[in-house]
Amino acid sequence: MLSFFKKAKPTIRGGVHATEHKSETSGKPIVYSFPLPAKLYIPLQQHVGKPAEPLIKVGDHVLKGQLLAYSQGAISAPVHAPTSGIIVDVSEYPAPHPSALPIRTVVLASDGQEKWQKFSPVNDPLTIDPEEISLRVGAAGIVGLGGATFPSAVKLSQGRKNKVHTLLINAGECEPYLTCDDRLMQERPEKIIDGVRIMLHGLGATQAIIALEDNKEQAFLAMQTAAQPYPNVTVMQVPTRYPMGWDRQMIRYITGKEVPAGSRSTDMGILLHNVGTAYAVHKALRTGQPLISRVVTISGSAVKNPMNVEVPIGTLISEVLDFCGVDLEKTQRLVMGGPMMGEALPHPAVPIVKGTSGILALAENEIKTGTEQACIRCGSCVSACPAGLLPLEMMSRIKNNQLDAAVGFGLKDCISCGSCSYVCPSNIPLVHYFKYASGELIARQQAQHKTEQTKRLMHDKQARLERIRLQQEEEMRQMQMEKQQRELAKAQAAEAEITS
Amino acid sequence: MMNRAKLNSSPHAKADSAVSVIMRQVLMALGPATLFGICIYGWPALFLFIITVTAAVMFEAWCLRLAGKPVKATLQDYSAVLTGWLIAMTLPPYAPWWIGVVGAGLAIVVGKHVYGGLGQNLFNPAMLARVGLLIAFPVEMTTWVQPHPWFSSALPGFVESLRITFIGMDNIDAVSGATLLGHVKTELSQNHLLPHSLDGLFDMANVWLGLMRGSLGEGCLPLLLVSGFWLLNKGVIRWYTPISLLGTVFMLATMFNIYDPEHYLSPLLHLGSGALILTSFFIATDYVTSPQTPFGQIIFGCGCGVLIFVIRTWGSYPEGAGFAVLLMNSVTPLIDHYIRPRIYGRDHKGKPLEVVD
Repeated sequence: MLSFFKKAKPTIRGGVHATEHKSETSGKPIVYSFPLPAKLYIPLQQHVGKPAEPLIKVGDHVLKGQLLAYSQGAISAPVHAPTSGIIVDVSEYPAPHPSALPIRTVVLASDGQEKWQKFSPVNDPLTIDPEEISLRVGAAGIVGLGGATFPSAVKLSQGRKNKVHTLLINAGECEPYLTCDDRLMQERPEKIIDGVRIMLHGLGATQAIIALEDNKEQAFLAMQTAAQPYPNVTVMQVPTRYPMGWDRQMIRYITGKEVPAGSRSTDMGILLHNVGTAYAVHKALRTGQPLISRVVTISGSAVKNPMNVEVPIGTLISEVLDFCGVDLEKTQRLVMGGPMMGEALPHPAVPIVKGTSGILALAENEIKTGTEQACIRCGSCVSACPAGLLPLEMMSRIKNNQLDAAVGFGLKDCISCGSCSYVCPSNIPLVHYFKYASGELIARQQAQHKTEQTKRLMHDKQARLERIRLQQEEEMRQMQMEKQQRELAKAQAAEAEITS
Repeated sequence: MMNRAKLNSSPHAKADSAVSVIMRQVLMALGPATLFGICIYGWPALFLFIITVTAAVMFEAWCLRLAGKPVKATLQDYSAVLTGWLIAMTLPPYAPWWIGVVGAGLAIVVGKHVYGGLGQNLFNPAMLARVGLLIAFPVEMTTWVQPHPWFSSALPGFVESLRITFIGMDNIDAVSGATLLGHVKTELSQNHLLPHSLDGLFDMANVWLGLMRGSLGEGCLPLLLVSGFWLLNKGVIRWYTPISLLGTVFMLATMFNIYDPEHYLSPLLHLGSGALILTSFFIATDYVTSPQTPFGQIIFGCGCGVLIFVIRTWGSYPEGAGFAVLLMNSVTPLIDHYIRPRIYGRDHKGKPLEVVD
């Protein structure tokens, strides 16, 4: 069965072994007793693609699981009501993003009833038409729950079209602190395996491989037991080395082959999904419930009672932090996601969204900010880069505003994994430079595009004016000629009169 | 409390690494061999060592102030101490005080801050200083004295040592002599053939233990090797440069020695003499002036090895480590330009790989 992988030569390039900080939460069961918030703030864009379009209006009463906004366009996802209650507002609220800029949000005041909408789940999802699985996954609003938030239904359909043979379930959870996938696998392995089998059926793929980092022994055993009856589902361990969860790193490790630059893994017949997504698929197909809640890791040394807790989508982060007892005085940085690639939030008054895997309240001794010093070219970043780039060379070019030279060193192949910044002894925020440069390159491209367009318009206008001028001149000449001819005719007529 | 004004990019975690920690580890590694040198050469060696390191730190402070950079914070990276220390280790132990000061000035001012300070210099500052001194003051830089056992009465006393360091030696010709490599060079130039001309003069054990005329801290190979491997083990340096450098010298020396033992020194004497081990582990591995990639570092190491062997064997100087390192420093940017890691999903030229199903 594993013939495809026989030639596999496991290699890991680069990466770091970051301090894990997982033991704070990995041994504790997921907490389900989070009190229902009075108000939920549900952004209409919690996914990659176009924002969902609301079909409710202020004052409407909605049931738990009811569709609030439908997906629009090829790449989008719908949004559902996490509880029953009344819509009190549809307008702009701060987004869970470093900028905290306003984003279109539905505000739902819960009525405390938790009254479900009626669903019509299919009897046996493993025998229905594969297309139906994509449709139902799409209708349930499921997106990549690892944090990438790409609409899962789109991936399933594309995978089926590309004749994918292997479904790779990314359960690496290589980010420090985060254990929500770990706990999910320890507590609900059968449901996850069921979700994986449903996705396999939906894809028409022959086998599924679930890959976990080898620091999750309990989860591995639980998953292996649950997968026992199904020969086409394999659970395997991969080394604990960040960024193992980078899809391309995992594919390289498992298959020994690299995904070519500019191609997708589906071109190689492999499709990746996050393990949390598999669980959401199980829930959507077996019970009909859409994605309206998720397990979030709340951790960091400023949290008194770190835990994994299931919360409704739209819960304000501040409420979850209160529930876990966060010392805001001690909190030096608030991070959504993991510490390596997560984003710093300016304040906790923003909602938890589908892609929120963790909320970290980090103290000074964890983030270890230091003043930026000169680069001593020690090469730690070069060894740590999983993509094979030269971070220090890119950085020095960007500092001198030579962005094209930085591109020459591979700026566009950077995945912002943060390994380089993590190891730098000079505290150089390399990723910061790379993100700046990437943004600046896009801005410049747009500016250049605009200049070119302006130039073209101006050129067109000049051509038009020139044409008009030529036309007028031509008309003028003709008029003059006509006039001359008329005068000539007149003169001839007069002459003729005289002579006659 | 959260700093709301400044939002930092990811990552929000960091390894326990710092420039000062790396520099301190290198200093610690140099410690045993330096101590050994001071013990066998006595007070003058200690004075010269202190003077050179102090001068390096003072030059660094002066340059930082001129450049308007933070003085105290930057001094704490220990890079100036390391530069001064490395210069001292390569100096003749009885050299006068001003050799140490001029060397430190050359290294810190000309070798480092003229380029823009730490991380910007093209050449290894310590080697630049050493080569500069050797060319400008050939007599002082080649006055080698015989070492003596620990605390032996043959070593000069405290007051006499002060005289040696600050005023100068009276009886230079009586106490000084040639190093092994210097002796070999002279003998060969007079057409005296090798095994014979070394008879009774040099004993292999003394060569390897550093109980021979030579620089302050280059001698004791066991200590240098242990320290070098400790640095390798700590991950401060990587094996590519030292092993390729030593391997190249060893192979060339062996080949020529087998071909003609009367004109070419044995590989064991090559490895045991001069600055070879110190250079391999502590100087050629300098981050700033050597290539980034493993393959680049191997090219660098082999290049240094070939140049050292060529200069020692056919050049007019008995030892070529300093020249070799400087010459290879100058091609480091070129090596780094052409030798780059392969980017994920691309071939070595940067073209995307073919899709394999």
